[in-house]
Amino acid sequence: MMTNHGNRITQGQFSFLPELTDAQITAQIKYALKNNWAVNVEYTDDPHPRNTYWEMFGMPMFDLRDPAGILMEINNCRKTFPDHYIRVTAFDSTRGWETPRMSFIVNRPDNEPGFGLVRQEADGRHVRYTVHSYATDKPEGERYM
Amino acid sequence: MTDIDNSEVPLADDARVDIEAEFRASNIQEVLDKLDRELIGLKPVKTRIREVAALLLVDRLRRKFKLGAETPTLHMCFTGNPGTGKTTVATRMGEILKRLGYVREGHLVTVTRDDLVGQYIGHTAPRTKEVIKKAMGGVLFIDEAYYLYKPENERDYGQESIEILLQVMENNRDDLVVILAGYKDKMERFFQSNPGMRSRIAHHVDFPDYSPDELLAIAKLMLTRQNYRFTEAGERAFAEYLQLRMRQPHFSNARSVRNALDRARLRQANRLFAGAGKKLGKIDLISIEAEDVLASRVFAEGRGGMSHE
Repeated sequence: MMTNHGNRITQGQFSFLPELTDAQITAQIKYALKNNWAVNVEYTDDPHPRNTYWEMFGMPMFDLRDPAGILMEINNCRKTFPDHYIRVTAFDSTRGWETPRMSFIVNRPDNEPGFGLVRQEADGRHVRYTVHSYATDKPEGERYM
Repeated sequence: MTDIDNSEVPLADDARVDIEAEFRASNIQEVLDKLDRELIGLKPVKTRIREVAALLLVDRLRRKFKLGAETPTLHMCFTGNPGTGKTTVATRMGEILKRLGYVREGHLVTVTRDDLVGQYIGHTAPRTKEVIKKAMGGVLFIDEAYYLYKPENERDYGQESIEILLQVMENNRDDLVVILAGYKDKMERFFQSNPGMRSRIAHHVDFPDYSPDELLAIAKLMLTRQNYRFTEAGERAFAEYLQLRMRQPHFSNARSVRNALDRARLRQANRLFAGAGKKLGKIDLISIEAEDVLASRVFAEGRGGMSHE
């Protein structure tokens, strides 16, 4: 499920664990860099699981050797968007993969309202179900004030 | 990594540490020896590198006793004429600092003004930051750094780049070492207009010009590395060549030597080719003869007094 106790959204790696410390994030990034993956920082305030395209914070970071630069960007992003979801993705450009190989959340709003179940009565006696994030009832930028 | 774990219990006040053992463990001697072997001359530079190595080593020992001190600033400025080995030493610096555990990766990122300064408003900061991020964990080498600051154009974006660099040099001292390089007089002027930059650079190292003997030694080293060698007459001719070349304009030390050797190799190949029909031995293929050197334009100009100057 996309929600668990405490309404914490669980997307990507490590999302059932307590928040990663900066040292742990650094270690993860080091692993990504060791594999020559390009690491990006992305943010959003729409936590719906189908929202796969998050906004990119700054430029994608190619040719880095050390995680310190990425951690600097993460902290910049946290400062700019303290109440947004921020995730770090590692993109593998190897032919055949060409996809993110890692993705984990490094920042989340203090208060996550979670998701509600929406039922739609369709033709006949069909009922369609979907999830709806309470946060998205408000316009973008005001969702986690 | 041989990094000292900070959670370690500090040693007792009367404990003894073996500086020799620590020195051997860091393998630093190997790098210093390599430096001595492969870089001819450059006395002041080698002394300074030794000093820095000693400082970092003692710092490591101090940390064992929990004698905290701020991380020393290791930003450097290399001044000297072209071809005096600034870039070569910078590459070695990365390796040395890595062995001493001062930087994590020890790679060298070489940039010039073009890589740091943007073309329009708002372009400079991301560019500079991108370069800095790439250099983190290693050494950022800014060649001809004085071009960053163009006093004649007050709207030049170079200033913005300098400010970002200054901030990083101050706040991310653990993450990267910045080395500026350039000609002495121009760097002097650069520092005069950017006092903040000067005060953040702890080590100003001047690279002296090479003496003729050192240049000859460099030439021999270069040839050995490419599996060539001078014949006795060839060596004498090359020494003479150096004397003449040094008096001519645009002499750039080791770089000129390298170019001269490349041309000598060309002539040697030509000579061997022209003398076709003769069977060549290994000795013929590796020898640079006097005539390969003497055919240089430098001799015609230098001796015949037909100098363009």
